[in-house]
Amino acid sequence: MATAADLGFWTVPLAIFAGAIRVSTPFLLVSLGECLTERSGRINLGLEGTLVMGAMSGYAVSYLSGSPWLGVLVAGLVGSLFGAVHAAICNMPKVNDIALGIALMLFGTGLAFFLGKGFIQPKAPNLPAIPLGWWSDVEQIRSALDINVLFLFGLAMTPAILFFLNRTRWGLVLRTVGDSEDAARAAGFSVNRVRLFATMAGGFLAGVGGSFLSLYYPGSWNEGLSSGQGITAVALVIFARWNPLYCFYASLLFGGAGALGPALQAVGITHGYYLFNAAPYILTLGIMILASSSTRRFSGAPGELSVTR
Amino acid sequence: MPGFAVRLLGASEALVLPLAALAASMVLFGIFVTLAGVDPVEVFALMYKGAFGTAFSIQNTLQRAAPLVLAALCTALPAQLGLVIIGGEGALVMGGLTAVAAALALPAGTPPLAVQIAMAAAGMAAGGAWIALSGALRHFRGVNETISSLLLTYIAIAILNHMVSGPMRDPASLNKPSTPPIGDANMIGSIPGMDVHWGLVFGIVFCIGAWVLMDRTTFGFAARMVGGNVRAAAMSGLPVGRLLIITCFIAGAAAGLAGMVEVAAVHGAANAPLAAGYGYTGILVAFLARQNPLAVIPVAILLGGIDASGGLLQRRLDLPDATVMVLQGIIFVVILASETLYGRFRVFNPKEAA
Repeated sequence: MATAADLGFWTVPLAIFAGAIRVSTPFLLVSLGECLTERSGRINLGLEGTLVMGAMSGYAVSYLSGSPWLGVLVAGLVGSLFGAVHAAICNMPKVNDIALGIALMLFGTGLAFFLGKGFIQPKAPNLPAIPLGWWSDVEQIRSALDINVLFLFGLAMTPAILFFLNRTRWGLVLRTVGDSEDAARAAGFSVNRVRLFATMAGGFLAGVGGSFLSLYYPGSWNEGLSSGQGITAVALVIFARWNPLYCFYASLLFGGAGALGPALQAVGITHGYYLFNAAPYILTLGIMILASSSTRRFSGAPGELSVTR
Repeated sequence: MPGFAVRLLGASEALVLPLAALAASMVLFGIFVTLAGVDPVEVFALMYKGAFGTAFSIQNTLQRAAPLVLAALCTALPAQLGLVIIGGEGALVMGGLTAVAAALALPAGTPPLAVQIAMAAAGMAAGGAWIALSGALRHFRGVNETISSLLLTYIAIAILNHMVSGPMRDPASLNKPSTPPIGDANMIGSIPGMDVHWGLVFGIVFCIGAWVLMDRTTFGFAARMVGGNVRAAAMSGLPVGRLLIITCFIAGAAAGLAGMVEVAAVHGAANAPLAAGYGYTGILVAFLARQNPLAVIPVAILLGGIDASGGLLQRRLDLPDATVMVLQGIIFVVILASETLYGRFRVFNPKEAA
């Protein structure tokens, strides 16, 4: 069995690869969900709160029932419930979707901390990983290729959502609602109902993304579990140009950036640990600065989306 | 009906509706704690006692209201220009950290007043720069200010953790990393006659100043014009970018001063508890006050009271400390949902009804 020393420098890229898969999973799920919501012309900043609620409820259900899969499902359902609340309140006239998102972010986080108080200590069964590294003798390669199931779920959802948006009738309805309310009404679609479903679907994926945090990596529930992954994923959708495929690439990039700190720490470079942990936020901000423009709108931006106006 | 009565009725809408929303939130919260297995009457009685019931609790409430007043301005001022800034926590953290750095950089023996002025100036400059960056990114690059200000908050907290556990760490702080203390002599004291530090006075003065600036000067008029319609303001020759960045700087300076107050009146050094969430509660205060700098003061005292009562709920009823967060979240959601009611009631607009 090889040890860390044998791989030398290669430990770092390998750890970043493994970390990128691990860390990117919540980014991927939340951004795919938010992509659906934003294509319908509304932004849900409350996904940060949804993520934390998903993490808490998934962990609690896994602990109480003994089945992590049931936990993932309940996390998704709780997420779509939060999505439904966001959509229902935003459907009333004169309510600002950005402000309501901030409110639900605080509410979701508070509720998760309140209900999750009793689940900090106990150990819930976690989700399994698929060992794709069985062919290798090297311990690090094997552990790096232990791919979690929810990443594969996100990987499968990416083309599915792309197909849904561009090749199905419902996808067309969703895009019409997002690009022009007037056109959608003229065609006889219910703008509010479409947005309700789009926000609920987005909430479901964000809830599942939250359950990944508590049920796989780091794999336990505590109050410091999410540190802005939800909000970073919302920003990520904007520079992924509302395209699910770009969301996937961007999530991997983010995962790699997020894995940098722990990977360097593993080989003994602990200096600046907190600064490396901030890498995803610095990266998001940098890319947003490069990708935005003060004079023109984003290409591909849904016409009814308030953030890009 | 005489004209002033019509105006009074119109203005009362902005008071009655938030109060009704608060009452509705309290009912929802009552249902929530009932479901959690606690008697709601007991909860409300304890909350009143913990917030305003005794001289001690009133002082505790006012102590917490001070940073809230300042942090709320960080959201309320840019809102006059139509910006939604939610990065008050980041500006507060940067302000507190920079204030400590300023105090530590001055040679020993500097008169306390000079140290305090230097700390306030440094804190306000750092907080102001932090939010001005969001404003500048919005103006020059079209970056959404809500998201950039929140990202800057996470970066600010990372910088705080880095500085506190590395370059600025006091070797004497073992388990909980902290910067060296600024020294007892340099702490800002209490307002004479009460056990509340001067931060509250700073906050109230800042609010009145902000109100005068926004409501009684040409700068404020221009700023509110930008908030009404950016294109129209630019067409009529207003320097939109300068207004945006200066307002964001003042807003960030308020939150930075909150950080300086927290450091110089409460903690005595910069450490992780500096990011205690006042910046986030400040967003709620600003929205509840309908972005009015003067209304921020009573709302901050109310929210400070809710915050202060959390400890009592925890001790007496064994409720989690997040109970207060749940209540704040409910209030926030209900207040925003109540926006839809403005203009719906004829009582407030008798002219249109006639």
